[in-house]
Amino acid sequence: MGESVILGIKDLYKSFGGVAAINGLTLDVLEREVHAVIGPNGAGKTTLVSQLTGVGLPDAGQVVFRGRDITRMPAYRRPHLGMARSFQITSIIHDMTVLENVVLAVQAKAGHSYRFWESAIVDDQLTEPAMRALTQVGLEAEAMQIAGPLSHGEHRQLELAMVLATDPELVFLDEPTAGMGREDSTRMVSMLESLKGSRTIILVEHDMDAVFALADRITVMVEGRAIATGTPDVIRADRLVREAYLGEDMNTAVK
Amino acid sequence: MKSLTLRGWVTLIGLVVLALLPVFINRQLPLTILQQWPWLGGHFDFVTFLTGQEFYLVLATRLVILAIAAVSLNLILGYGRMISFGHAAYLGIGAYAVGIPAYYEIYNGFIHIGIAVVVSAAFAFLTGLVCLRTRGVNFIMITMAFSMMVFFAFVSIEEYGGDDGLVIEVRSEFGQWVNLENDTVLYYVCFVSLLGILYLIRRIVHSRFGMVIQGARGNEGRMQSLGFDTFRYRLVCYVIAGALCGYAGALLGNFTSFISPEMMDWTRSGELIFMVVLGGTSSLFGPVLGASLFILLEEILSGFWLYWQLIFGIFLILVVLFAKGGIDSWLGRRPER
Repeated sequence: MGESVILGIKDLYKSFGGVAAINGLTLDVLEREVHAVIGPNGAGKTTLVSQLTGVGLPDAGQVVFRGRDITRMPAYRRPHLGMARSFQITSIIHDMTVLENVVLAVQAKAGHSYRFWESAIVDDQLTEPAMRALTQVGLEAEAMQIAGPLSHGEHRQLELAMVLATDPELVFLDEPTAGMGREDSTRMVSMLESLKGSRTIILVEHDMDAVFALADRITVMVEGRAIATGTPDVIRADRLVREAYLGEDMNTAVK
Repeated sequence: MKSLTLRGWVTLIGLVVLALLPVFINRQLPLTILQQWPWLGGHFDFVTFLTGQEFYLVLATRLVILAIAAVSLNLILGYGRMISFGHAAYLGIGAYAVGIPAYYEIYNGFIHIGIAVVVSAAFAFLTGLVCLRTRGVNFIMITMAFSMMVFFAFVSIEEYGGDDGLVIEVRSEFGQWVNLENDTVLYYVCFVSLLGILYLIRRIVHSRFGMVIQGARGNEGRMQSLGFDTFRYRLVCYVIAGALCGYAGALLGNFTSFISPEMMDWTRSGELIFMVVLGGTSSLFGPVLGASLFILLEEILSGFWLYWQLIFGIFLILVVLFAKGGIDSWLGRRPER
C-alpha cells in the first residue's frame, strides 16, 4: 500500500429535495488500498458512489483524482482517467452475449469507437482481453450466452468482469455481494481478495464478513457524514461507531 | 456450402425476385439493355411496355425505394431504439434536392444526390443535437415536430409550388451509360442501391460503432459508466440514417417526377415505422420484408375497399400482439438481436 492519496473528497454536499444525502463528507483514499465504506441504510453510500463517478453532480465540495479536480467531469470521461465502477443493482446489457458485454468494456478503453467497417466481435484486440477478464471471474464457459437469462450470481460476476476489462486504477464496487447466497458471496470475496494490492478499491458493502476480510481501512458513514475512518481493528474498537451503527450486529458478525 | 435457414431462403428468394422482376415484366428487356448501351450491339427501336406490366415495375420501384428508407430508419429505430416519427422528412428533402435544381435546369445527378445526402445529413445533425437530448415519447414528439417544420416550410415556399408541389420534367442525368429516363434502368439503380445500403448497414451494425449503438440501446447508463459518450455516438448514427434516407428521397424524386410536401407528412413517417415494425426491428432484412408486405397489401386491399386502412390497422395490431419482432421472428430469428 502506498501512502499517496489517489482520491481526495473534500466537504462534499448533496441533497435531494431539501434532504441532505451527503452532508459535508471529507475523505482521503490512498493508493492501492481497499477502502470500505459502511453505514446503515440511508447513510448516503450509494449517493456517494454516484457523486464520485459523475452520475450525479454534488451541490458543493470537491473531488480530486490524482491531483486533478474532477468534481464536475461527465461520467463518460472518468473511465479514461482510470476509474471504473460496478453497480449495486446489476447493470449489464441484457440482450447481448456475455462476451459482447465485456468486449464493450474493452472497447471503451481502446480509443474511440468510430470504426464502422470491421466486425468488433472477431477482433482479437478486443476479444482476448475480454476472455481474460471472463476467465478471471470464472465466467469463460458462458461467454457465448445471452447475458439476460443468466443467474443472479453470474450477473454479478459479469458485472465484475466488465470492471476488470477496463483495467482501472480505481474501482468503485457498490455492494458486489448484493443478493448473493453464502457460497457465491464467499467466492466473490476470494475473487476480490486476489485483486488486493494491484489497484485501489472503494468498497461499499453491507456484508461485514466481506468488509473485515477485505478492507485495509474502513470509513463509517452516518447521515451523510464520515464519523470514523481507520483500520478494521480501530473501527472495531471505536465506541462511537458501535453506538451509532454496528451495535449488536458487530459482535455476532465479527466474533 | 453452409445450408440456409428459412430466413436465409426468404432473403435470397426475395432478392432474386426483385432482381429478376423487370425480366418477367418486360420480355424485351435484353433489347432494352442493348438500347441503353449501344456499344454492346446494334440500334433498336423504342421498346414499348404493355400497360399492365409496366404498372408492376412502377410498383416494384416504389417498393424498393421505400425499402431503402425503411432500412435506414431501422438503423436508428431498431438498432438504436431512437423512435423517430419524422423520418419521411428526409425523403422529402432528398426529393426536393432533385426537384429544386431541376427547376433551375440543373440536371446533373451527382449534384442532386450530393445535395440530397449533404442537406439530409446537416438536417439530421442540427435536429439531432436537440432531439437526442430527449427520450421516449418526447423524442417521438420532437422528431415529428421537426419534420412538420420542414413540411410547412415547403408548403409556404411558393416559388417551388408550395402546397401544389413541383413537377420534375427531366430525371437526374448520370452521363450516357445510366439513363434514368428508362424505367427499367431506374429500377435497377434503386435495386443496386438497396443491396449496397443493406451491405453497408450490415457492416456498421457489427462494427465497434454498431456495438456501441446497440449497447446504448440496452443500457445507456452502463455505457456511459464504461466511458462512452453515448450522445455523440447516437448523433453520428442519427446523421448516417438521415443521409441514407435522403439518398432514398433523391431516388423517389426521380421516380415520382411529381413532388410535394405531402411526401414528408407525419403520416408518411408513420408508414415507415409501420414497415420496420411489420418486418422486424433490428433485423437487417426485416424492413425490406415489411416494406414489401406493406406495398403489396396496400395495393391489394385498396382495390377491394375504400376504407382499406381499417383492415391494415387491425393487421398491424395483430402483428404487434402475436409476432413480437415482426415477420422476421416468424422466420426463426434469434430473439432481440
